[in-house]
Amino acid sequence: MHIPDGYLGPATCGFFYLAMLPIWTAASRIVKKTLTAKQVPMLAIGAAFSFVIMMLNIPIPAGTTGHAVGSVLVAILLGPWAACIAITVALVIQALLFGDGGITAIGANCFNMAFAMPFAGYYIYKIISYRASIDSGRRVLAAGIAGYIGINVAAFLTGVEFGLQPLLHHNVNGQALYCPYGLNVAVPVMAGEHLLILGWIEAIVTALVIKYLQKHSPELLTARA
Amino acid sequence: MKITTKFWIGLGVLVVLSPLGLLLPGHFKAGSAWGEWGANEVKGFIGYIPHGLEKLSSLWSAPLPGYAFKGWGKKPVASLSFAYILSAVVGILICVVVVLILGKFLSGKK
Repeated sequence: MHIPDGYLGPATCGFFYLAMLPIWTAASRIVKKTLTAKQVPMLAIGAAFSFVIMMLNIPIPAGTTGHAVGSVLVAILLGPWAACIAITVALVIQALLFGDGGITAIGANCFNMAFAMPFAGYYIYKIISYRASIDSGRRVLAAGIAGYIGINVAAFLTGVEFGLQPLLHHNVNGQALYCPYGLNVAVPVMAGEHLLILGWIEAIVTALVIKYLQKHSPELLTARA
Repeated sequence: MKITTKFWIGLGVLVVLSPLGLLLPGHFKAGSAWGEWGANEVKGFIGYIPHGLEKLSSLWSAPLPGYAFKGWGKKPVASLSFAYILSAVVGILICVVVVLILGKFLSGKK
């Protein structure tokens, strides 16, 4: 789901950088109000966890791969704004150091995986786990559903961003200048692989960690930045 | 044991397992992730390299491209796995350092 350089045109890249600026600003302002020094190591663990889980590529049918992202889990534990910061750090490092995701696409990749995904997942978790006791099974289920929907929101957005490119940028011969596949291909592929396979991986990872924490560190499920 | 200690151990396990993210796709002959192909792969699919894609795709030269060392495309799996683990360690360390610095600024005087 890491859009590389060259797949999005300048308009899309610029748009998402501009969209992320106020989000990053709000995230730092809000996190500054709520984050305690004691929570900083958890935030670092969150960024590191997301970084490494995204390296675990899973082969999927049709000869391609994908991976979980982890941002919903981080959002459940630290709040969506703190998750936005942690996942942004992971994505920027992946782009700059490892060429995973383009530097021109950092805005778009962050919008999908560091903003849309943790926020969607966080609120779904909050709704489904509303008034559930800390040790309730509903909380585990809520985490799984939130992970599943969260990553699918991100994948859908990624598909739309890819798919808009042939409409936005083509030469007189009709050749694409950036991503050559339109919405009719990009959206079903991105949505399909995450609905069928990767969403379930994200769901299982998110739910299992929450289940583990219910037993071993329930205080993490109440306190939040 | 503190929960943060357990998390660090968990991260260590993920680092050790990380080469699976390289080996499993290799085993099943899975190519790149959809939409993350190199310019030549795209040419193989559609017969030409989109002009903007050609120009932008080489814009940035990452120091450890694809979690490997530069020019390591054809190395044996063991070397690639080593580079993958090293990349995971380096990536995690930098994530942690960056967040700790940001956190110092963001957590303020509480």
